[in-house]
Formats: sequence, C-alpha cells, structure tokens
Amino acid sequence: MTTLLEMRSITKTFPGVKALDTVNLTVREGEIHALVGENGAGKSTLMKVLSGVYPAGSYEGEIHYDGALAEFHDISNSEARGIIIIHQELALVPLLSIAENLFLGNERARGGVIDWRETNRRTGELLAKVGLREAPSTLVDKLGVGKQQLVEIAKALSKEVRLLILDEPTAALSEADSQALLDLMLELKKQGVTQIIISHKLNEVRRVADTVTVLRDGTTVSTMDARTEDVTEGRIVRDMVGRDMAHRYPARDRRAGDVLMEVQDWNVWHPEHAGRQVIENVNLTVRAGEVVGIAGLMGAGRTELAMSLFGKSYGRNISGRVLMHGRPVDTGTVSRAIGAGLAYVTEDRKSLGLVLEETVQRNVTLANLPAVSKSGVINEAVETQVAEKYRDAMNIRTPSVFQKVMNLSGGNQQKVVLSKWLFAEPEVLILDEPTRGIDVGAKFEIYGIINDLSAQGKGVIMISSEMPELLGMCDRIYVMNEGALVGELTAGEASQERIMSLIVTE
Amino acid sequence: MERADTSAGRGMNIGLYLRTHLREYGLLFALIAIMVFFQVVTGGTLLKPVNITNLFLQNSYIIIMALGMLVVIVSGNIDLSVGSVMGFIGALAAVMIVNWHWPVGLAVPACLGVGILIGAAQGYWVAYWKIPSFIVTLAGMLVFRGMSLWLLEGQSVGPFPKSFQLLSTGFIPDILGIDRPNGTALIAGLLTAGLILWMGLRARAHNRRYGIETEPTAFFALRNAIVAGALLFVFYKLATFRGLPNVLISMAVLTVIYAFLTENTTLGRRIYALGGNEKAAKLSGIKTERLTFLAFVNMGLLAALAGLIFAARLNTATPKAGFAVELDVIAAVFIGGASMSGGVGKIVGAVVGAFIMGVMNNGMSIMGIGIDYQQVIKGLVLLAAVFFDVYNKSKQA
Ligand SMILES: Nc1ncnc2c1ncn2[C@@H]1O[C@H](COP(=O)(O)OP(=O)(O)OP(=O)(O)O)[C@@H](O)[C@H]1O
Ligand SMILES: [Mg+2]
Repeated sequence: MTTLLEMRSITKTFPGVKALDTVNLTVREGEIHALVGENGAGKSTLMKVLSGVYPAGSYEGEIHYDGALAEFHDISNSEARGIIIIHQELALVPLLSIAENLFLGNERARGGVIDWRETNRRTGELLAKVGLREAPSTLVDKLGVGKQQLVEIAKALSKEVRLLILDEPTAALSEADSQALLDLMLELKKQGVTQIIISHKLNEVRRVADTVTVLRDGTTVSTMDARTEDVTEGRIVRDMVGRDMAHRYPARDRRAGDVLMEVQDWNVWHPEHAGRQVIENVNLTVRAGEVVGIAGLMGAGRTELAMSLFGKSYGRNISGRVLMHGRPVDTGTVSRAIGAGLAYVTEDRKSLGLVLEETVQRNVTLANLPAVSKSGVINEAVETQVAEKYRDAMNIRTPSVFQKVMNLSGGNQQKVVLSKWLFAEPEVLILDEPTRGIDVGAKFEIYGIINDLSAQGKGVIMISSEMPELLGMCDRIYVMNEGALVGELTAGEASQERIMSLIVTE
Repeated sequence: MERADTSAGRGMNIGLYLRTHLREYGLLFALIAIMVFFQVVTGGTLLKPVNITNLFLQNSYIIIMALGMLVVIVSGNIDLSVGSVMGFIGALAAVMIVNWHWPVGLAVPACLGVGILIGAAQGYWVAYWKIPSFIVTLAGMLVFRGMSLWLLEGQSVGPFPKSFQLLSTGFIPDILGIDRPNGTALIAGLLTAGLILWMGLRARAHNRRYGIETEPTAFFALRNAIVAGALLFVFYKLATFRGLPNVLISMAVLTVIYAFLTENTTLGRRIYALGGNEKAAKLSGIKTERLTFLAFVNMGLLAALAGLIFAARLNTATPKAGFAVELDVIAAVFIGGASMSGGVGKIVGAVVGAFIMGVMNNGMSIMGIGIDYQQVIKGLVLLAAVFFDVYNKSKQA
C-alpha cells in the first residue's frame, strides 16, 4: 500500500499553549486511520492544520500529500485536492434544505441559475449512497443529529473526496446511528476513500480502524497496526493516559437514603405544535445518594423531560408536581429551580451551556454569582480561587483560568460546564450526556465526581445514550420511550438486552 | 500540549502581550495621535484652555449616552431612538419650564421620569415580546422625532432661566479662592491622577498574587505616565480658564459608576453573559428578559439627561435637536471596541471612542473643514476601527 499522507514534525502554538509538538502522522492509501488521545491532546488541531484551517506558515513542519509537498492556505486548497473535513461541530445551515446544503458553494447551476432538477437528482443519488431516506427538500433543521451527520458525509462525497476526516462523528449519535455510520465508513473504504477518524469511543475505533495513532500532550506516542498486531482497548488507553486503567468505573458503596426528589404526573406539550404531547405522565423519584439513569433512544424525550423540569425551559402547558424532601417546590423559572436545589448540565454545551467569548473563570461562576460576591459586588480574588479549584479538581487543560472558553478543546469545554453546575451546589444534579466527547481518563474522573456527589447524599439523574455507562454507574434505571417511562430496573436487573426489550415491546 | 501556565503568568514576553492587548493600547494611542495631529494642524488651538473646556461641553451629552448605549450593545441590542428621545426631552423641558412656568426643580425630575418611561416602553417590546431592538427603536426614533415637532409646534422654544442653564454651563467655584488658576481643578486633577495610579497598582498587586498575567512593568509605567500626564495637563488647562465645568463632574461620576457596575457587579456580569449567549445565560438562572428591559430603561434615563444638558447648553429647544446624534453615539461605542453581536465592550472604551469622535469633530471644525468632508472622514474612521478589530481577531486564531 502506498502512503497517501505524511505529516512531519508538525508544531503549532497558540498564545501560551503549545498544542502540537513535532507530531508525525502517516496515513496509507485506502485505510481507516484512527486518531485518539485525551481531551486537548491536539487531535482537532492536527486535522485543522492538515485541512488548511490553520494555513501554511502558521505552523512548523511539512505536509506531504500524494507524493508531493503540500501547502494549503485555506480549506478550499485542501478540498481541491480531495481532503474533506467534517468538524466536531456540524456546519450545516439549519434553515436550508438537504439539497441546498449539499451543494452550498458548489451549486448545480447554469449561468447562475440553479438547475433544481439536476440538484435533486444528484442529491437523491448521494443520499442513497449514505443510506439516508429523506426528501432532498427536507429542511436540515428538522433532522436529528445522526441524520445531519449523514448529510455532512453526503456533502463530502459530492466533492470527489479522497481523504475524509471525521472529527468525533459519533459523539452525538445514538447506538444504532453510530453503527450505521461505521458501516458506511467501511463501505466507503471499499470504494477506496481513505479516512481519518477521531473518536473517544474505543470500541468503535477497534471496529473500523486499520491503524491507530495515539496523541498525548501534543506529541505522537505510538502508532499501532491492527492488521499485524492485536490492538486492544487496554493498550490504547495505556498509551493515551500514560498508565494502566484496570477499571472503567470507580467503585462506590451504594447507599440510597430517603426520597429526595419526586416528580408526579408530569405532562409537557410541544412548544410549537399545540396538539402534540411530548412528555406523558412521568412519575419518578430520586433518593439521597442515588444515581438514577434514564435510558432511551434518541428522540425518546429525555432531554425534553429534563429541560421541562428545570425551570420549564422546554415545552408548554406543563402540568405536574415536583417535590423536594416531600414538599412541593416551584420550579417555574430557572432561578427558582436552582433555588429549589436543581441543576441541569446540558447536552449541547456550545449553544446552551457556555458563553464562548468569556473566560473559563467567568463561565464557572455564572450560575452562582452570589457565592463570589457581597451585596452584588463580585470579589474577583475569590472568584479566581474558585475557578482554580475546579481547574485542578476537574483537570481542565487550559493555560490559565483567564483563557476564553472558545479556545479550549471540546472535552475541556464539557468539564467547564460541569464545573459551573457543581459550583452551584445542587441537591439533585441532572446530567444530560455528561461524558459526550470526553476521553476515557476524564470519564473516569467524572464518574468519580458523580460518586462523590452521591456519597455526600446528593441525587444524580443521568441521561445517557451510552448504555454501558448507565449500567456501570446507576443504582436504578428508568427506560423512556416516546415521552413516557416504560420501565424501571434496579442495578441488579438491568442489562443492555432488558433495556432494549422494554423499548421495543412498547 | 505543553502546560505553559507559568510562563503565561509572569515572564510573558512583551511582543506577545502587545499582540493580545493591541486593541486597548491601540485605542489610547489613536486618541493621543489624533489630538497631536489636530493640535499641530490647528496651530495649537485644539488644546487652548477655552477649547478644552468647549470640548467637554460639546461632547458631554454624547459621552453620557454612550454609557447607556454600551450597556445596550453589550446586552446584544441596539438603540436607534436616543437622538430623538434626547430631542424630545429637551422639547418637553422647554415646554414645561418656558410655556407652563414649572419650577426647574420639578421639571428636571419629571423629564428624567419621562425618559425612564420611554426606555421602559421600548424595552418592554424588546424584552418580553422579542421584537428585534433595531425595529422597536427605529419606530421609537420616528415617534419621538414626530412628538418633539408636535410639542414645539415646529418652533424653537426658549430661553431657559439661569438655574436650568447651570446644568451645562456652570462651573465649580474655587475652594481655595485663588480663582485663576482654579484651585479646585488643580486639586481634582492631582487626586484623579493619584487615584488612577493607586487603583492600577492595587489591581497589579492582586493579579500578581493570583498569578494572573500582568502587563509588563515598562508598559504599566509608560501607560500610567501618559494617562496621568494627560490628565494633569487637561486639568491644568481647565484651571487656567474657568475651572471645572459642572457637566465634566457629572460625566466623570457617571463614567466611574458605570465602569464599576459593568465590571465589578453581578448585574454587569450577567449583562455580558446575556449578550454573549442568551440561551446559556437563561439556563444559568439569569433573568434575561428583565436585564434587557433594564438596559433600555437605563438608556432612556441617560438619553433624557443628555437631552436636558443639550437644551441647557443651547439655551433653547429646537425641533432639530438630537438629529442623527444616535449615529455618533453608536459609532463611539463601536470605535471603543464593542462587538455588534453583544457580550463584548467596555465603558472606558466607549468613553475614549466618544472622545475620538469629539476631538475629530472639534478639530475639523476649527480647521474649517466642511460638514460634508467631516461626515466622510468620521465614517472612514469608524470602518477602520472595526476593521482593526476583525483583523486582530482573525490573526489570533
Ligand atoms: N484557538 C486556540 N487558541 C488557543 N488555544 C487553543 C486554540 N485551539 C486549541 N487550543 C488548545 O490546543 C490544545 C489542543 O486542542 P484540540 O482541540 O486539538 O484538542 P483535541 O485533542 O481535539 O481534544 P478533544 O478530544 O477534547 O476534542 C488544547 O489545549 C486547546 O486548549
Ligand atoms: Mg477535538
């Protein structure tokens, strides 16, 4: 097999941060190459260097592509050579149709007039290729993340792709969608498309990758060839974090106390479609020191349930009661919900969780400013101490707490959101996909923090699409489907099969 | 990734520091450069005591409104109505005082109250009905322009009694009784310079203690020397004329109050968060609607104050008062580094931005440049300032 891409001694620095330090990466023609490493290891940065997001001259080192030295000055340079990157954050225009998105900037047109026939025909072909059954005129807005991901890939395919780069493509996908995407990757490989995938899900890496390169702290630690050696998850993890990790889930003594929070007859209607009920008659309890999971497929209504509970941030005509310590509480606005002891860690950190232009420090304290102020005047010294405390406790990688959150890697941004809500000192913490985009080491740390919370007698509600995580962490799991709770399993009873069968039999 | 925290904390090199803080220094040096330029081309007229006094008198209402506009823009909105509101309040004051013979002590609070009501009315639609502020205040701009015409019946109304004129043309008497140079002005100058230096040193010590990146010492010294020198110079010049104008005091006090509110209080912090990401702010328990509403109420109050000061200075209310002033105010805020999309900007920046506009207006008028060219030049300066911002940002990536 010939070498398609060789990146040699790539070094990239940002003010105060050396993100990449003489990194080498060799990708062979026609393979699927996985790039793994901890949050902030430099994976996304390396791919941005490759695709010209960071133009030639803004980094040191050389890129050899297809046998020649390549210098890309922007994305269009690399795209012209068949290098297409699908970023960690999807970049589709929500209010345009699938067809319009696919050919954005590359319209099928004659003399400036769009040829809709041709556009729709090509869109149909591309959608068939990626296995997406939607009309070309469907607005992207109306698609779930999984389908949007497929649209991104179809868009890449429309551009004569040779090297396809996928930055955490399955982070926001359900199990089934992830599997479909991985199958598609294997299919594309058969057709000769070389691919680089960045992922924190090591089982997926093992499933598709021919070669695995591990980055740590901005340097290449190892490259493993799955065809000649046995690449186990254990090995990858060891190289990633620099030590052995025997367990994925820290041990905890399960000791549930009294009922802390109770939700009774919770009903929620869709904010726009008046007749559509999104949450139906949900009843649930959380005991002190208990970690309660909510399992379900994408679109089961888990996020909607959580957000409607948290200050009625979703839906309308909400009815039902929330009790804390047996007493009804008002959770009608976010500040009242916080006052009642709730916190909600969103699954969508960029648009709902963070003020990206602000510093780490200011994001961490945002939900609990009174704790760092006296009669409305903020004590910045105290605030800095708080931020530093969480930076250490959560191991947030940033040159300082005065760095803008925008400049942190995806996983480290997630830790900032978590810190914000831990600092709000809730009694019941609702976590919505808390480990999305987080590396194995950091996941372990977050599980540890969840355990600490439960040891302090707090309640945790954990929404997750990663079933192993729910099974590993929760004392009790509710199964949700189409807006209703369809089952409840204790830790002892729960298994992947039983959860699935509860969902399917409904 | 290399943890560069220690190096970022202390021994950060000067080049890097300058690059990341280019904007703040750029603004200060731009103001100085513009002043030097006009001082030279006007043959020394710009910095004559009488002209410096005039500069403050002429620009006070722009600066006062820029304070409110900064808050509105940081919260992610805009207010196009301030020029009209200012004119309307001036007209209202004239009608109350001149036509209805209300005492000044009653008319002034009444006018400020009306300003608050106007702000509340506009804020209500923006905050609670989510109508874009551009549209609501565009409507307000037309409505209040029309209402001043109606109030004044197309005529100029004046003159005002002496007590009202003092709002704008009064001077603080000399406490030392020397009178020329004015002792109050000299003492105030020394105190202000000392205070700024002391606060700078305190902030620096604090940053050191917590390992926050600090300005390289040479920069700190140079910047403070320039600021203190400029302040003493200006106050000395004022002292040799008639001393401190009343409006200068109100302006300075308001600037300090608003800088404090925006930078040191939870209220200010929440407004920045609201402008930076409204949804995230809301989900953090911030009452985003109420804050937006308050930003407009505050703007209404300051626009009313500006209207009173402007009317007092001209000693008459005209239907044209405040025409197109909103553009100068908004330009000042953007020149001062605020971002159109909200969440970014500083009070001090807005004030310096207003001075840049003011000095250019004044300097070009002294030079006898026609209003036509003046507009062109101001437009280009605004574009250049914002271009500088955008360019800087793209360089940092
Ligand atoms: N624009 C920027 N300015 C400053 N620092 C940056 C910038 N972009 C990235 N960094 C820093 O470079 C390092 C590498 O970031 P990168 O996004 O490549 O990590 P990653 O390996 O993709 O992590 P994740 O798995 O969390 O997505 C991080 O420490 C990050 O804070
Ligand atoms: Mg990344």
